[in-house]
Amino acid sequence: MPGYAERVKVFGIYIQGGPIGVVVTTGGIRRVIEFRAVTKRFEDGTIAVDELDLTVEAGTITVFVGPSGCGKTTSLRMVNRMIDPTSGTILVDGKDVLTVDPPTLRRGIGYVIQQAGLFPHRTVLDNIATVPLLSGWDKRKARTRAAELLEIVGLDANFGKRYPAQLSGGQQQRVGVARALAADPPVLLMDEPFSAVDPVVREDLQNELLRLQAEFDKTIVFVTHDIDEALKLGERVAVFQTGGHLAQYAKPAELLSAPANDFVASFVGRDRGYRTLTFLHADVPVHPVTTAKLGERVTITDWTLVVDEENRPKGWLSGVDGEVEVAEKDLISGGSLYDGTTLRGALDAALSSPSALGVVVDGAGAVTGVVHAGDVIQALAKARAAGEVPK
Amino acid sequence: MTWIFENWERFWEVTAVHLRLSVVPVLIGFVLAIPIGWWASRSQTARAILFPFANVLFTIPSIALIVITPVLIGVKILDEINVIVPLVVYTVALMVRAVADALAAVPGNVVAAANAMGFRPLRRFLTVDFPLALPVTIAGLRVATVSNISMVSVGALVGLGGYGQLFTEGYQTDNTDKVLAGLIGTVVLALLADGLLLLVGRLLTPWARVGR
Repeated sequence: MPGYAERVKVFGIYIQGGPIGVVVTTGGIRRVIEFRAVTKRFEDGTIAVDELDLTVEAGTITVFVGPSGCGKTTSLRMVNRMIDPTSGTILVDGKDVLTVDPPTLRRGIGYVIQQAGLFPHRTVLDNIATVPLLSGWDKRKARTRAAELLEIVGLDANFGKRYPAQLSGGQQQRVGVARALAADPPVLLMDEPFSAVDPVVREDLQNELLRLQAEFDKTIVFVTHDIDEALKLGERVAVFQTGGHLAQYAKPAELLSAPANDFVASFVGRDRGYRTLTFLHADVPVHPVTTAKLGERVTITDWTLVVDEENRPKGWLSGVDGEVEVAEKDLISGGSLYDGTTLRGALDAALSSPSALGVVVDGAGAVTGVVHAGDVIQALAKARAAGEVPK
Repeated sequence: MTWIFENWERFWEVTAVHLRLSVVPVLIGFVLAIPIGWWASRSQTARAILFPFANVLFTIPSIALIVITPVLIGVKILDEINVIVPLVVYTVALMVRAVADALAAVPGNVVAAANAMGFRPLRRFLTVDFPLALPVTIAGLRVATVSNISMVSVGALVGLGGYGQLFTEGYQTDNTDKVLAGLIGTVVLALLADGLLLLVGRLLTPWARVGR
């Protein structure tokens, strides 16, 4: 998988219309999606969406989150007319979607579905080229574009000739994202796209989406039932309540600090105080730590952090008093590492460390010191006093 | 076995008739079964009516259907239509279910994705639903073809039956060798047709046999 920098370069080539010059970009068109008093009542009488008023801002990731049956997916699917509302209006860029013929409308809106929904009988490259081909691009141009996208989503070129069944779930979902981006639509709808992959792959895909979004600046509506995913990805989060009510529409930090009602409070979870730390970037004092390298003879008096030649943490040493030779077998494995970004990371590093000292690392992974849990709590108190924690 | 070698020309002649009488109904029946099967895959009501009806059609003894067809459609008794029509009926009865099941088995999220990408219905059917239904459809087609090849012989009772002619003639003249020739022809033809469809199916659906 190419690193991020390479992908940015690829992207750079094509926005300049450079040597390849085949890509039609949206030229900075920013779409707004507006729901105006939108209600969907199904034939059996159940109300899926109840008088929804909501504006999705251009160029943002907006997450619809809620338990099953809350109307979040129905709301999403009304944007590209997979479902039509019973009453109310949905405007994309000021235009009522009901006035546009569905296939035409859909070709201009990217869609990523659960479990990717790739066409099993088409190669990866042909899957990605689907919308360009439907829109009448010639085959070669569509294939060239598909090959670029494969690279942009971080897959090797030799995946292009494979069939979806030959890919892992995570790889399939990357192809799903590439397929949605193929015709460079300004709006992207994502329907629980990462729900069927394991947590490690899911985190990869989430980070990838954030990186892509930093470059592409699409208007993205993302549906999930996972509040952590919503808080991580959403610039704005709409919490839906059973019965199709919009319970709250706010920035993630505000959902945590000021839930609109009991439903939102319970949905964002009991540990929302802890989650709030995700959105705080206050300084925590970094204390020095005793380090040692493998094979050295050292005198142990307190917790000692064992590091490798590049000063990267390997584990902790403790429980022995006096002089010992540092050996791999005596190491107690450490907890998570704090990279200086959020208070949540700092607190977690301290809480998960066997020594209660959270290891702080720099961009290269080298140890710069340790943080104490107590300092994090104090930093939080200070942030509250300074009004940095949204009320 | 000697009958085949001594009557090579006659053997090829009945083989050609047998092949025509079995393959033509399969092709016509298959083409008719696609829209009907599509309808049955979309509508519960259509299924509830079509499937029992197809079962009833299939239980009509072939001999009865072949004898009664000339009366129903009013053509002279020795016309090949009298064998082709009943076999078309059997093919449709078999294939409607195969096509309907095959289309119903196309994964829902693939269909939803196709709709969301902006496929129009006909293009979606031709380039997504139908290709994905091919493995199950071709399995049904193999059954229909082999069953037709075996049933054509019944047509001998109205004077048209490919290898069936060899059975009736052999029986009347007490020529076991001639009966055996018809039997061998039927079995070989069925095996060849089945193998050919298997091969065509594999060539058309390379994606169906890839694993991780």
